Amino acid sequence: MELDRTQVEHIAALARIELTDEEVESFGQQLSHILEQFELLRQLDTTDVPPTGRAADLNTVTREDVAQDCMPPEDVLSNAPRREGEFFRVKAVLEE
Amino acid sequence: MANLWELTVREAHRGLVAREFSSVDLTASCLERIRQVEDRVKAFVTITEDLAQSQAERADQVLAGGRATPLTGIPVQIKDLISTKGIPTTCGSRMLESYVPPYNATVVSRLLEQGAVILGKGNMDEFGMGSSCEHSAFFPTHNPWDLARVPGGSSGGAAASVAAGEVIYALGSDTGGSIRQPAALSGVVGLKPTYGSVSRYGLVAYASSLDQIGPLARGVADCALVLDAIAGHDPLDATSVPRPPSGYAAALDGIPAGSSPLGPQGTRDAFRIGVPQEYFVEGLAPEVKDRVEDGIRVLESLGASVQPVSLPTTQHALACYYIIAPSECSANLARYDGVKFGYSFQDTTDMWEALEKTRRYGFGPEVKRRIMLGTYALSSGYYDAYYIKAQQVRTLIRREFDQVFSQVDALVTPTSPVVAFPLGEKTADPLQMYLVDVYTLPVNIAGLPGLSVPCGFSQGLPVGMQLIGPAWSEETLLQIAHSYQQATEWHLARPQLLATG
Repeated sequence: MELDRTQVEHIAALARIELTDEEVESFGQQLSHILEQFELLRQLDTTDVPPTGRAADLNTVTREDVAQDCMPPEDVLSNAPRREGEFFRVKAVLEE
Repeated sequence: MANLWELTVREAHRGLVAREFSSVDLTASCLERIRQVEDRVKAFVTITEDLAQSQAERADQVLAGGRATPLTGIPVQIKDLISTKGIPTTCGSRMLESYVPPYNATVVSRLLEQGAVILGKGNMDEFGMGSSCEHSAFFPTHNPWDLARVPGGSSGGAAASVAAGEVIYALGSDTGGSIRQPAALSGVVGLKPTYGSVSRYGLVAYASSLDQIGPLARGVADCALVLDAIAGHDPLDATSVPRPPSGYAAALDGIPAGSSPLGPQGTRDAFRIGVPQEYFVEGLAPEVKDRVEDGIRVLESLGASVQPVSLPTTQHALACYYIIAPSECSANLARYDGVKFGYSFQDTTDMWEALEKTRRYGFGPEVKRRIMLGTYALSSGYYDAYYIKAQQVRTLIRREFDQVFSQVDALVTPTSPVVAFPLGEKTADPLQMYLVDVYTLPVNIAGLPGLSVPCGFSQGLPVGMQLIGPAWSEETLLQIAHSYQQATEWHLARPQLLATG
């Protein structure tokens, strides 16, 4: 499995990471090399084998619907890169 | 008396309760040790000296009132991806360099309830992704046994701080070997508990179906004491399993030194130990193999019955892990968008550019690599071939362990195929770095407990022996490892490099 430039750039766009030209090059080589190792898995017959998504055998966990205190807004906002009053301030999402 | 910083958790507790010394004395001794060696070891991202001193004073009041629990007044280092209220929690990343959690992880709350003394936060590979501590965004940690070598990772700071005597014990986390592998490379004991036994609330997520918090210490009994404190159901973690509490440390108290707790060979009471052939193959350093085989002979001499077993899917565990872990990582790390916390690129008016540049400058190369790998494995057209296939292989690996554990009580393997390697040796080739975890990651895939215990040296560098058991068999693993330590002296060796006076 050889990843070309276009594929690497496509993955980076999906992951929302801006890459330098150098990174596109090196990630392309490294990821291709790693994906080659994954080809080994194809040798295994997994017909009718159910997938395992988690290690603990727990079903959906629920609790009583009881109101509890939540974290004070000041604490929630304490790490905000930008804030305005009790709000996180973000870049404009909608165009004018 | 020896230096206070050299004590184990158990010894420190006895001394504190007997009023031979105070928590303030013990804390001061560790802080003095940190002053002596930390500029060479670099195990801490943050040192919380003032906090530690005030916690020690409070612990001394608790001790004076006769209300001490086993961890009261004892200094600990916390891996820097475990949330500590009011103390920076960087995850070894530029992304969280100035992040200060507004709440404590459940494990931290439990330690504080016991009157623990927090000396600081442990260096690590960024977000837990790495096997050498070289992927810390700040600086690498050095192995106390040879400062030119890595301590292992990702909990490298935890392992090195314990080995160097800077703290009495540490909390780490283990997604594919991140407690056991650095414990092995740094010559300390590390325990990765059963998935679901220790709350992950407040543990910054890397791969949620694999992550688990556990202790690193200089003795097996110490790990049992810490596990008693941190294990148990937590409603704040939906993957935490409700179970009655176990007395892990108490289970060891019945094993006096010099006894044969593994039972006479051949009787029904003897532990049955399996040696999986697939863990003793090409790639395993000959001297590591020799030391682990020596260790197996010691267990045999203590009365365990030893038999070869087979886990054929082991050779596929690496690929299985490096699809599942990066896939989960790519989803978990999507939260770093520069909006609510963490690094945020501001020098633009465009939302998408801000997001993509935040992640460009905030993440280091290994984190980007794993996000990319996971994004690819989960992307349209590849999902079935990679992600679903890996989850099916995960089922096969679990089934094989289940089957083997119908024949034996525990498995013994090397923890790492190699001893501590020189800084810089494996950073250029990610796959070489991944291979260091080849013996530890099957345990995470299956959600099992695993423990690494020092079992000798190869050219002056520590070798670790791994014990693996079925889910919830911590008590068995701790008993076997404790008996081993009663019969051997490897855990008493200390790095001479850092010897003082």
